[in-house]
Amino acid sequence: MMRFFEDIRVGDKVTIGSHVFLAEEIMTFARQYDPQPFHIDEKLGETSHFGALVASGWHTAALWMRKTVDYRKREADAMRRRGEPVPVIGPSPGFKDMRWLKPVFAGDTIAYTTEAIETRVSKTRPEWGLVRLLNSGTNQRGVQVISFISTAFIERRDKTPL
Amino acid sequence: MAKFYYEDFTPGKTIEYGPRLITREEIIAFAAQYDPQPMHLDEEAGRNSLLGGLGASGWHSCGIMMRMICDAFLLDAASLGAGSVDEVQWLRPIRPGDRLTLRCIVLETRTSRSRPELGIVHTRHELYNAHGEHVMTMVAPQMLRRRNPGAPS
Repeated sequence: MMRFFEDIRVGDKVTIGSHVFLAEEIMTFARQYDPQPFHIDEKLGETSHFGALVASGWHTAALWMRKTVDYRKREADAMRRRGEPVPVIGPSPGFKDMRWLKPVFAGDTIAYTTEAIETRVSKTRPEWGLVRLLNSGTNQRGVQVISFISTAFIERRDKTPL
Repeated sequence: MAKFYYEDFTPGKTIEYGPRLITREEIIAFAAQYDPQPMHLDEEAGRNSLLGGLGASGWHSCGIMMRMICDAFLLDAASLGAGSVDEVQWLRPIRPGDRLTLRCIVLETRTSRSRPELGIVHTRHELYNAHGEHVMTMVAPQMLRRRNPGAPS
């Protein structure tokens, strides 16, 4: 979410973009980062319990990040064009509850969304707000394939400690 | 043929692997494709960020850890994939030139009543750099085939 901390409300939800997972890209990612048979070869995918080549869950997650970076850049550019200040978004300390709910097959299009589910001001670094985000990816048949909960540091307009 | 099955992983079992050298080129190549934020692409932008220098994307860290888990034991195991991760903590950035070691500690194991062919091995995975600093933790269940499906456990 490309807003100052004060402008984010629990329940705010945005569609950040979508990605088509092609077989070649699935195999290229997996050969480097997750070379299990069902991720690196179409034939081995067919004989696996998945029944076809499937994307590494880490690949599906990495594309959420890419779509988020692209989304923030588009939003920031639009804010600059309107002459508005652009909030700084800090690094994330991690995530929890990653669920790879259904396989992502070659040719699937995954649409990603992000929803704010909790907001609070950082006690130790009051210039930042902490926002918990529920992130999700859904395929072209409307079936959810991934969800996880991440935390983002987002700049406050008002930097005073609570 | 798989060497390791569910039965080979018992609580407390620890597997260590590494070191693996991380290069500047791979940090930038991953970031360019999957996480093109300045602190993952450029030294100076990294110095001006909370990372305090060029650091790998957290998602790259996950990929690095996954690959090390594969090379440590998973490619020799009767893996049925993993449907979830409980938690990942990015504690310190991974830097160019880091030599990372992996430690996997089995927390608990259980069989499935509805799917007697598989067992679930809950593992805590930790990455350390050459200074012994803890850089990342992941806690996740791994699904593995059983040698003896449905046997009492």
